[in-house]
Amino acid sequence: MAEITLVEAVRAALAHALEEDPSVIILGEDVGVDGGVFRATEGLWQRFGRDRVRDTPLSEAAIAGMAVGLAAQRFRPVVEIQFQGFIHPALDQVANHAARLRNRTRGRLTCPMVLRAPYGGGVHAPEHHSESIEAIFAHIPGLRVVIPSSPGRAYGLLLSAIRDPDPVVFFEPKRLYRAQREEVALDGAGLPLDTAFTLREGRDVSVITWGAMTRECLEAAEALAGDGIEAEVVDMATLKPYDAATLLASVRRTGRCVIVHEAPRTGGFGGEIAARIAEEALDALVAPIRRVCPPDIIPPLPKLEAAYMPTAAEICAAVREVMAWG
Amino acid sequence: MATRKTSRKPNASAEELLGYYREMLLIRRFEEKAGQLYGMGLIGGFCHLYIGQEAVVVGLEAAADEGDKRITSYRDHGHMLACGMDPKGVMAELTGREGGYSKGKGGSMHMFSKEKHFYGGHGIVGAQVPIGAGLAFADKYLGNDRVTFTYFGDGAANQGQVYEAFNMAALWSLPVIFVIENNQYAMGTAMRRSTSTPDIHTRGEAFGIPGEEVDGMDVLAVKEAGQKAVAHCRAGKGPYILEVKTYRYRGHSMSDPAKYRTREEVQKVREERDAIEHVRELLLTGKHASEDDLKAIDKEIKAIVSDAADFAKDSPEPALEELYTDIYA
Ligand SMILES: Cc1ncc(C[n+]2csc(CCOP(=O)(O)OP(=O)(O)O)c2C)c(N)n1
Ligand SMILES: [Mg+2]
Repeated sequence: MAEITLVEAVRAALAHALEEDPSVIILGEDVGVDGGVFRATEGLWQRFGRDRVRDTPLSEAAIAGMAVGLAAQRFRPVVEIQFQGFIHPALDQVANHAARLRNRTRGRLTCPMVLRAPYGGGVHAPEHHSESIEAIFAHIPGLRVVIPSSPGRAYGLLLSAIRDPDPVVFFEPKRLYRAQREEVALDGAGLPLDTAFTLREGRDVSVITWGAMTRECLEAAEALAGDGIEAEVVDMATLKPYDAATLLASVRRTGRCVIVHEAPRTGGFGGEIAARIAEEALDALVAPIRRVCPPDIIPPLPKLEAAYMPTAAEICAAVREVMAWG
Repeated sequence: MATRKTSRKPNASAEELLGYYREMLLIRRFEEKAGQLYGMGLIGGFCHLYIGQEAVVVGLEAAADEGDKRITSYRDHGHMLACGMDPKGVMAELTGREGGYSKGKGGSMHMFSKEKHFYGGHGIVGAQVPIGAGLAFADKYLGNDRVTFTYFGDGAANQGQVYEAFNMAALWSLPVIFVIENNQYAMGTAMRRSTSTPDIHTRGEAFGIPGEEVDGMDVLAVKEAGQKAVAHCRAGKGPYILEVKTYRYRGHSMSDPAKYRTREEVQKVREERDAIEHVRELLLTGKHASEDDLKAIDKEIKAIVSDAADFAKDSPEPALEELYTDIYA
C-alpha cells in the first residue's frame, strides 16, 4: 500500500503496464525527458528507455494515427495528449479509425490503444486548458470513455483500460491530480470498466456524476446529511458504454435524480442519463430530474471561473428542490 | 548556434537604431513586469514570456506597412507591443481585468486588435498558420497589396496543418510570410528530438516556397530579410518563409522545470548574442547615443511599463454578466 495522489497513481499504473507487457509503448509530447506537463510520466523514460517512452513532435493527428497502426500490429500504445482541448486534431483518427477498426475489419484487426488527456476546470486556465468535452467522445460507437475520480480508481481503471482489447479515451481530472492522497495497493489489480461506483449510499436522492465533480457531490451529500437528507452519490466512471443497471437501480430506490457535470448543459452527457431514466424509470420518479452544470458558454478565465464551475452549494440547492416534491 | 555577423557595418541611422532599442526594451521590461505580476499571483492562466526573442518582431514590424496583418501563437505579448497595441490593455488582459483587450476574459494567449491588424494570440499550436494564410487569401481576393505575417514556432512547424497551408498558399500565390520563430525548443523538447532535419526554412521547397534562415538576434538582419520577403509578396510572387533563429531566455511558461537545458546554455546566449545589447553597442560605438541618452530611454520605458502595471491592477474585474456576452451575435 502507498499513500499517493491521482497523478502518482497514473504514473504507477503506467509503470506497472510497461513492466508487465512488453507491447505497451508510451507516446506523447514531452512525456520522456520532461516527464509530461503534469509529470504523469516522470522517470518512466529513464526506467524503460526511449524506445518505449517516446517523445513525439507536436503532431496530434499523426500521433493518434500512428497509435492506430501500432495497435493494429498488436502493440498497446498509450498516448498522452497534453490537455483535452488539444485532442481535436487527433479526433479524426480516434473517431474514424481507432473506434471502427474492429468493426470495419470484421474483427480481424483490433485497436487496443489508450489516449490519456487531463480535462476539466478549476485550475485557472483558459478555454481549451479547462474544457470538459467527454460527451463528444461518448457519442462515438466503438470507443470507451473512462474518467477516474480518485487515486485508487485512476490506478485500477487505467490498468484495465490499457489491458482492454478496444480503444479507450481516459480523461484525467487535472484539478484532482494533487488534491488528495489515498492508500492504494499497487498490486496491478485492475478495476472493472463499464461499471459505475456508488461512492455513498442514500435513500432520498441519486446524485449522478463523474470525474472531478465527485468531490463537490460528496461534499454536498455530507452537508445534506446534516439536515437529514440522505443522498446517494454514483460515479459513472465509464461513460461509454455506461452502467445503466446501477444508475437505474439507484434512481428506482430513491425516486429522485440530480445529475452533475462540468461540461456545458446542452448536449452534455447528463442529457443521455436523463433520457435513459425517463425511458426506463419514469414510473419511479417522484420529482423532475435536475441537472447542475455550467450554461452553454466557453470556460472563462480565473476571475469568472468560480461562477462557471458547479459548486456544492448549487448541488445542495438542486437536491432540496427535488426533495420538495412528492 | 550561429555567431553574430556584427563585423558588417550597419547602414541604419541613429534614429532607426534608437527606435529599435526603445521597442525591444519595452517588450523586455514589459515581460519582466508580467513575470513579476505572475509571481505575485495577479496573473492567472498561462503566461508565456517573449524575453530573448524581441528582435524578431521588432525587425519584422520595421518591414511592415499600414494595413499589413499579423497573427501568432500564445507567445504574443511582444507582437502586440511591436505593432503598436497599448501596453495598458495588454497588461490588464493578463491580470484578467475589464480594461484588457479581451475584457479580461481572454488572458495572455487570446487578444486581438482590429485597428492594429493583430489577429491574435492563439493557444492551439499551429492553428494560426492556415488562419494566417486565409487572411492573406482575403487580401489577395480584394486586390490590395497587403501582406500577412504568420508567426509560429519550431515545434508548431511539425503540425500537419502547416503543410496544408503551405500548399494552398503556394498554389494560390497568397501574400503570406511564414515566420518560423525557431527558439530551438518546443516546451521541453529540443528540436533535435522532434525534427527530422535541422533546416526548417527548406521545408517550403517541396511546395515551391522560397525560404531563408535569419539571425534573429540581429534586428537589422531581421528587418532586411523582412523587407525582402515583403517585396516578394507584394509583387504577387506568393508566400515566403523566414526561419528566424532566436532563443527564449525564460521557461516555456511561468511553470517550467527547465530540465531540458542547462543554465550555462542560457547564460551563454544572453552574454554573447543578446539582441538588445547588440543595438546598444551599435548605438554607443557609433556615437549615436551616450550612456545618458540610453539611461533616459530606460527611464521612459520603465514609466510606461509601471503605468501599464498600475492600470492592470486598478482596472475593475469583469462583471458576472460578461460570462454570457459574445457567444452569439
Ligand atoms: C495542438 C496543441 N498541442 C500541444 C499544445 C501544448 N503546447 C503549447 S506550446 C507547446 C510548444 C510549442 O513550441 P513552439 O512551436 O516551438 O513555440 P514556442 O513555445 O517555442 O514559442 C506545446 C507542446 C498546444 N497548445 N496545442
Ligand atoms: Mg520553440
